[in-house]
Amino acid sequence: MTTPGEEQAVSSGFIRSYVITGGRGLPDAEGLSLVTLVTIAPDRQQPPNPSPEVRAIWELCSGGYLSVAEVAGHLELPVGVARLLLNDLADQGHLMRRKAPPPAQLVDRKILEEVLHGLHVRFG
Amino acid sequence: MDYTSGSAENIYVPDAVQRAAKILVVGHFAVGKTTLIGTLSEITPLRTEERMTQASAHIDDLRGAPDKVTTTVALDFGRLTLSDELVLYLFGTPGQQRFVELWEDMARGSLGALLLVDPARLADTFPVIDLVETYGLEYAVAVNSFDPYSRHAEDELREALDLLPDTPVVYCDARDEKSSAQALIHLVQHLLARVA
Ligand SMILES: Nc1nc2c(ncn2[C@@H]2O[C@H](COP(=O)(O)OP(=O)(O)OP(=O)(O)O)[C@@H](O)[C@H]2O)c(=O)[nH]1
Ligand SMILES: [Mg+2]
Repeated sequence: MTTPGEEQAVSSGFIRSYVITGGRGLPDAEGLSLVTLVTIAPDRQQPPNPSPEVRAIWELCSGGYLSVAEVAGHLELPVGVARLLLNDLADQGHLMRRKAPPPAQLVDRKILEEVLHGLHVRFG
Repeated sequence: MDYTSGSAENIYVPDAVQRAAKILVVGHFAVGKTTLIGTLSEITPLRTEERMTQASAHIDDLRGAPDKVTTTVALDFGRLTLSDELVLYLFGTPGQQRFVELWEDMARGSLGALLLVDPARLADTFPVIDLVETYGLEYAVAVNSFDPYSRHAEDELREALDLLPDTPVVYCDARDEKSSAQALIHLVQHLLARVA
């Protein structure tokens, strides 16, 4: 591992997220996208001895659906860290998610029509 | 913290919503991305940071290159509920070339991009167009004119930016809701025409 001197060369933000994620690399975007809508499933027990970050996610995400990006934003976590912790909760069966949007190549007419209609309704 | 009670806004996506769509708001430094998102968003816009893969590699790998870990970039985003079952997220994405991985992440699953342009700083837009095209994003140009007396003629602007004939160009004031919404509507109409 590193000596304290070497650690100082690394930004404190990095050390912090390194600690939060237990030194694991951050997952790529495959599982949870920035706009995947997630919430804690009802009637689940919080894992024992949660880290402060997991506890914060649990509290935030028990109230309703939010996108992964919003979870990160509200908790002031880097997106990659929020994503990893949410992935863990998903693996443990605690997380429910809404269907992810299709990748860009498969954007279907229907979503675009809904977006257009919604913008017209909302902004006249 | 209790997020469900109190006088603060309800932060959650409405219960019936099943799907989330994403549109990028792109453009060079200080062109008005954050302003436009704030103008249109129903929630107080949020910020988070995205970190590059190199920066999240094992700490030992970083020993020789500590500067890599500072490669983070702030994203800001807002949300619009568009129907009982659909929300739209607008993500402000900076136009710096070096954030390639960020762009991959942002582009994945995006419907398209609204490209904000300041006609007084056209050259700053070139690298942003490169990025948008590299990632295969369809886009519309929204001219955020800071000086009302310097409206570039549309033809000049199209030529300077080397736009395709069917790329929409719309004038917009990012501080004005109607005007910003109109720019977004032009983009979505363009996206629809492309899948037709
Ligand atoms: N006059 C005028 N000022 C604007 C307009 N849009 C934005 N501004 C101002 O321009 C400045 C930069 O706007 P931002 O929205 O922060 O720009 P940005 O693209 O998010 O900037 P970065 O995130 O730093 O790249 C702010 O002071 C805005 O108030 C506009 O349409 N007209
Ligand atoms: Mg900004």
